[in-house]
Amino acid sequence: MLTFIRRQKYLIDYTLSSLLRRKTKNLGLLLVYTLIVFLLASVMLYTHALQREAGIILAESPELIVQRMVAGRHDLVPAEYLEALRGIRGVRAAQGRLWGYYYDPVVKANYTLLVPADRALQRGEIVVGAGVARTHNMGRGDYLTLRAADGKAMPLRVADVLHHESELVSADLILLGEADYREFFRIDAGLYTDLALQVRNPREVRTIAEKVTRLFPDTRPILREEILRTYDSIFNWRQGIVVVLLSGAILAFAIFAWDKASGLSAEEKREIGILKAIGWETSDVIRMKFWEGAVISLSAFLGGYLLAYLHVFYGAAMLFEPVLKGWAVLYPAFRPVPFIDGLQVATLFFLTVFPYTAATIVPVWRAAIMDPDAVMR
Amino acid sequence: MIELSEVRKVFNQGKPNEFCAIRGISLRIEAHEITVLKGPSGSGKTTLLSLIGCLARPSSGRITLNGRALSGLPERFLTDVRRRTFGFVFQHFNLIKGLTVLENVMLPAYPAGPEWSALRRQAQQLLERFGIGAKAGYKVEWLSGGEAQRVAICRALINDPEVLIADEPTANLDTKLSREFMEIVRMLKEQGKTVILTSHDPVVFAAPVVDRLIEVRDGLIAGGA
Amino acid sequence: MPFSPAILALTASSWIVVFLVLLAAGFALQVVRHWDIASGSERQLQLERRTYLISTILTYTFAIEIVALLLYVYNAEQMSPQFVGAMCATGVLNVNGYGWPTLFLKIVVFFLAAMWLMLNYIDNKGYDYPLVRTKYLLLLVIAPLVAAEAAVQTLYFVNLEPDVITSCCGSLFSASAKGVAAELAGLAPKPAMIAFYGMAAALALSGVWLLRRGSGGPLFAGLSLVVFMTALAAIVSFVSLYVYEQPHHHCPFCVLKSGHDYIGYYFYVPLFAGAALGLGAGVLAPLRRVASLQNVIGNDVRRFAGLALVLLGLFYAVATWAMLRSNLVLLGG
Repeated sequence: MLTFIRRQKYLIDYTLSSLLRRKTKNLGLLLVYTLIVFLLASVMLYTHALQREAGIILAESPELIVQRMVAGRHDLVPAEYLEALRGIRGVRAAQGRLWGYYYDPVVKANYTLLVPADRALQRGEIVVGAGVARTHNMGRGDYLTLRAADGKAMPLRVADVLHHESELVSADLILLGEADYREFFRIDAGLYTDLALQVRNPREVRTIAEKVTRLFPDTRPILREEILRTYDSIFNWRQGIVVVLLSGAILAFAIFAWDKASGLSAEEKREIGILKAIGWETSDVIRMKFWEGAVISLSAFLGGYLLAYLHVFYGAAMLFEPVLKGWAVLYPAFRPVPFIDGLQVATLFFLTVFPYTAATIVPVWRAAIMDPDAVMR
Repeated sequence: MIELSEVRKVFNQGKPNEFCAIRGISLRIEAHEITVLKGPSGSGKTTLLSLIGCLARPSSGRITLNGRALSGLPERFLTDVRRRTFGFVFQHFNLIKGLTVLENVMLPAYPAGPEWSALRRQAQQLLERFGIGAKAGYKVEWLSGGEAQRVAICRALINDPEVLIADEPTANLDTKLSREFMEIVRMLKEQGKTVILTSHDPVVFAAPVVDRLIEVRDGLIAGGA
Repeated sequence: MPFSPAILALTASSWIVVFLVLLAAGFALQVVRHWDIASGSERQLQLERRTYLISTILTYTFAIEIVALLLYVYNAEQMSPQFVGAMCATGVLNVNGYGWPTLFLKIVVFFLAAMWLMLNYIDNKGYDYPLVRTKYLLLLVIAPLVAAEAAVQTLYFVNLEPDVITSCCGSLFSASAKGVAAELAGLAPKPAMIAFYGMAAALALSGVWLLRRGSGGPLFAGLSLVVFMTALAAIVSFVSLYVYEQPHHHCPFCVLKSGHDYIGYYFYVPLFAGAALGLGAGVLAPLRRVASLQNVIGNDVRRFAGLALVLLGLFYAVATWAMLRSNLVLLGG
């Protein structure tokens, strides 16, 4: 066992010095390899981060949301529904929610207006998301004037600016009091945008949703787990599409690696010939080449992954930001919480190191089976 | 110690350019002797040397080393036998450029995985013995021809083989260095090594230390056996 | 088909593996047909050099297969939120009829591949390559299995319909359901435990015999397999209960989750490695009668068998520890 480890140490030692002696040739390969890992890792980390953020945000949202449908469209819910829903067994609590969208023609952006359940706001006061504050260059105590549903201008004082750890959802948010909201959108006191239910046992959500539809056939219950599921599959699908798009690049890289591995220079061939002549065996040469591949792969993988990690979590994914996130005018400054996911690292490994290895097996073997007496001819 | 019987070596078997380099040689090489294979280029002496030194396998015929049959052994085992029994000095020395003298000398021992410090000490001692200990840290491309050959000899001896094999050892040396080489060969013989050389240089084959001269011509033994 | 990177990676890599293994099998066929170790002809030399390519390809691909087995389970674990009713890997494997067969094929390929690698390792030590035909015939058995695995896995992924309502570990491994899984779950804990530790004792005895006398290899190989299966049954039937501290949760996958300190990895990694080594050691032991292996095989068999015993012992230790530290009481008194 000790001999075995020592032998590998000698082989690694030789490999390292041989790599260093051919810096320029290997540097090119290493750069391309790192770039491939970086691209794939960035995309995967970024979309996965979006997915996680969405999950974190949704974790705080109610398990069940009940919307009323009129003529196939989302409509306001009468407050009477609340009482009936509270009567369903297993429902812990039910609240009416008030929210809506507002288009601000001045900055050509959409805001989300919301009456918070856990925060009472004075009349004429609002709390704004960081994105809104940025576009208007506002701080606490400033006034924001919005045009209400009846056309009148409504000045609102900014009482606070939201600081969410990742602004993804809160960037375009404006929180206001219930009275202001009803006045602004001209919505009567007995109506809500939708209803939120808390359920005692999460396993019963489905049964309760069924009961809700039976009780009020004009409603549509939305389950939190269903939203999560949709998010999951959408984000996975997005990642998959990018991987498919990048598979061409991976293939090109594999061909490049194949070419590099089979196009040995006369000098390298001579070296392998010498090694074989002085007592190295074919499998020693193959093992030495294996370590060479391992060193290159490991450096490229770690380097690429580290760069991608910095790019996504500390550089705000600046290379993709405009492409992947461009659905809103108010760019949220997206600083996802850093994480490392085992499955993702393993997948990335499969998508990069494995193709490289597979592409180099045959060339490596071909180099290793050189006749030991070749150097004497 | 090494015995060849009816050994043949054919290249490009079954192809139009089939070429028979060794055409049935039987030969016995004794231990602790200096044997020289002499012959013009293209006579097959280098091929014969590579067969004796287990660098290649004969197409037919038997080779035995101390009574053990080698001819049927696959490369994997042949290499093992070769590493322990033979040390090679090649015509162009074949040192690996970019590595130091010391690293070059240690290289043949890598696959066996000996302890590093012991191996290093052994290599350094060998270099001292051949008067080039001071150059251990030099890159091999900075060496002169004579020094390079001594490094090659040290490399051949690192695994402490019974037999030293040298192919045209004086082809790249002047007369003075050639004489020095034969002096080294004499020294090795005194230490009990067997030495097998190929050469058509009189400094080599006419040297008094040579025990046996075998002439090879057209893949056959022409005289001396 | 969900288009996630892990699924794409698994599918693509398994087809690359099929390609490489078929390539190796093609070479192997040539080797088996024309092999003549006594010959010094160039063809024989080329065949011998081919064997290096075959070994290298298979070593790499089998290593990938092992990682793929882990990734497959891990992926199923992570996909569980996407299927209604799935709480862990069990539910995701249940989404269609190909999930479990893929897993079983992967496990079978794992054992055969491990055996092949050990055969190859030993064969390379015999100066006349005495096992060349045996190992390449085994390769010809493995190749179609690898292809089948890739095909079944692809079918599984293609047929993963996200709107399917699946049943998870709660219903599959419940004592009241029907089927093998349910029967395992329904085993009475006391006899199951006796069988579990009884097999360990039998294996240990046979292992000591093998280490001392060098004989009884096939028995050891058989017992290794039996221990492997008993251990899986034990995990489902009672070990998992102790881990979850719930008398009715029999899942073999939830132990892999972070909530249980990833203890599952400490179960499965030694168990799989130990069983594979035990199987290999037992199968190799009778080969000491082969002349060219006489001197080398004894040591290697002892090493494999010893390592197998250590690893399986580790598994038993971890499992016992998990049961002892648990607050659950299954056996009264």
